[in-house]
Amino acid sequence: MSTLTKQDTFNSILEGAPKNFESERTLAKESYFAQGLPALKAEEYKFTSIAKKLEQTIENFSSAQAFEVSDELVKSSIYPGFEGNVLVFSNGKFLPELSSNIEGLEISALSEKPETAIGSIAKVEKDAFAALNQASFVDGAFISVPKKSQVEKPFLLLSFNKSNEGQVIQPRIWIEAGDFAEVTFIDQSVDLSETSYFLNKVIEIKGGVNTHIRYYRIQNEGKNSIEVSNIETDIQQDSRFTSVNISLSGDMVRNNLNLNLLGSNSEGNMYGLYLLNGKTHVDNHTNVDHTIPHAESNELYKGILADQSRGVFNGKIFVRQDAQKTNAFQQNNNILLSEDAVVNTKPQLEIWADDVKCSHGCTTGQLDEEALFYLQARGIDKTQAKGLLLYAFAGEVLEHIEEDSFREYCISLVQERLGSKF
Amino acid sequence: MLSIKNLHASIEGTPILRGINLEVKPGEVHAIMGPNGSGKSTLASVLAGREEYEVTEGEVIFQGKDLLELSPEDRAREGVFLAFQYPVEIPGVSSTNFLRTAVNQVREYRGLEPLDAVKFLSLMKEKMKLVEIDQKLLSRSLNEGFSGGEKKRNEIFQMAMLEPTLSILDETDSGLDIDALRIVSNGVNQLKSDKTATIVVTHYQRLLDYIVPDFVHVLYKGRIVKSGTKELALELEEKGYDWIKDEVDSKATV
Ligand SMILES: Nc1ncnc2c1ncn2[C@@H]1O[C@H](COP(=O)(O)OP(=O)(O)O)[C@@H](O)[C@H]1O
Ligand SMILES: [Mg+2]
Repeated sequence: MSTLTKQDTFNSILEGAPKNFESERTLAKESYFAQGLPALKAEEYKFTSIAKKLEQTIENFSSAQAFEVSDELVKSSIYPGFEGNVLVFSNGKFLPELSSNIEGLEISALSEKPETAIGSIAKVEKDAFAALNQASFVDGAFISVPKKSQVEKPFLLLSFNKSNEGQVIQPRIWIEAGDFAEVTFIDQSVDLSETSYFLNKVIEIKGGVNTHIRYYRIQNEGKNSIEVSNIETDIQQDSRFTSVNISLSGDMVRNNLNLNLLGSNSEGNMYGLYLLNGKTHVDNHTNVDHTIPHAESNELYKGILADQSRGVFNGKIFVRQDAQKTNAFQQNNNILLSEDAVVNTKPQLEIWADDVKCSHGCTTGQLDEEALFYLQARGIDKTQAKGLLLYAFAGEVLEHIEEDSFREYCISLVQERLGSKF
Repeated sequence: MLSIKNLHASIEGTPILRGINLEVKPGEVHAIMGPNGSGKSTLASVLAGREEYEVTEGEVIFQGKDLLELSPEDRAREGVFLAFQYPVEIPGVSSTNFLRTAVNQVREYRGLEPLDAVKFLSLMKEKMKLVEIDQKLLSRSLNEGFSGGEKKRNEIFQMAMLEPTLSILDETDSGLDIDALRIVSNGVNQLKSDKTATIVVTHYQRLLDYIVPDFVHVLYKGRIVKSGTKELALELEEKGYDWIKDEVDSKATV
């Protein structure tokens, strides 16, 4: 009998929650109790039973507090070639003293911005983990990019996570970008934990009209992380939002990515790559909601799975009745390198408008033996030929990273992985 | 250069090659003809090292080495080149990148310095002229979206880049119009020398007007059932394969 599906699992965390954002937290707590943690049979978490995983791995839950992070640690953790602004977090708490000071931008601890409409984008009733976060996060960050500012240099959201004895880390970030703003975020975590830990993250992004926001994330932290993230974006008229998510490690990872296209002539792009080995389990659930006419969404997720790894892809495209002239494309392709690796992929299209262009497709297969032989027959060593083919497969996602230094960094990580471990 | 003795090969337990004997000397051109399904591509694939085919009997010696012991990549590095009947499209792998990797791995095996980017490009330019291949094609992914003829041309271009000792052309003429046929044959002829040899697999006599063979062999049901000079190809063109089939099949039933 699962104890986690009971209401009291996270009670001490909920009880110890800060007193700010009172109405938001109360609402979230009620919603969390109403939903309960998704049980094994819950449709949305069918393949990814976070609740069971937590129960097997972690005993006593408590909230992780911020710990001291040194300047040297920050410096040595920034990926090579990065040039831009760094925002440092310790177990989810924003550390302004270690972060770049950027003129014209408003960046602070979320606790200093009590009027922030948290939960207005990532609504608690959609996901129990989002509700849990909203009810009990310790502190987070508020980032506001003013109107018309085009921040050329990217922001590195650099999170240091250290959890012991079942401490739960619940980062929460609110990002807003004024009309005509253009900005790039790179989200990366450094894991300093020695034991398994639970990371439950929420990021809300609110874009004005004519904004151009890029959100890149690399998940290459510890092997022992159990992670859920809810990232949700509202996109207005004439705006473009692009997300690229690269997953390379973790124990069990669930990424919920939701895009709400709220203004015409807007474009949402979602790209993802997961290279998994060992017993890593990564689940990408995406949802794009076309609410208005003349918007476009593009989605490409690709996976390479070795050993006993497991991948899940679930892509929802929702086209509402008013959303005529919608263009929506979705593609998920997987290569399995071992007989024990498994992928579950499911496109989910719900189309209520009649004048739309939607396409979707998914494939799961092995490495193309014909192509491998062709390369070998030209004198290319088998291991290298495999690497070339897998890299070609993965490259299609990486090329959507527009920030040069980050793309190069990801390419080097991916090549290293494809050359050695696979 | 190449000595094939009593070669038997099967796929998924079905015998396809059933005792092939063939001697190829430097400077020679051998044509292998025969009806569809007789085992021509199988022979070419076995020589190049395709793993699906199981060699059940026989031996292949290439320049004193046991070819069957070598991996496909080492065969290529030793100087065996197979121009595929159906070249594979490989999206995401750039033609140039691929060729540079191939050329340099082959050079390394042969104890030569790798070519730097500049030298590589000038070699490419030189060889591109040979088969009149367009730069634009090579800036695309390998064979991706190429027409049938472009793929065949690209095969001969790769052959020119890798400078093999033994080239096996599997139906390189199929899908080529008469101009392309002339260009491709021209390329092959220019790469010929008294130190290299060519095995031309074809259905049709017309390629042999351009690449003139010293010997013509007819492959049928996994065996070479007839060998001759280029006149044999003309005879086959005129009379078809039925008379050979009849000859072989009647012997088999006796
Ligand atoms: N991968 C394969 N699996 C099963 N049978 C095959 C395969 N490849 C070739 N064959 C069979 O082997 C025989 C010879 O084929 P092939 O060598 O391609 O002939 P050719 O090139 O002379 O037309 C044919 O009967 C063909 O069906
Ligand atoms: Mg054939």
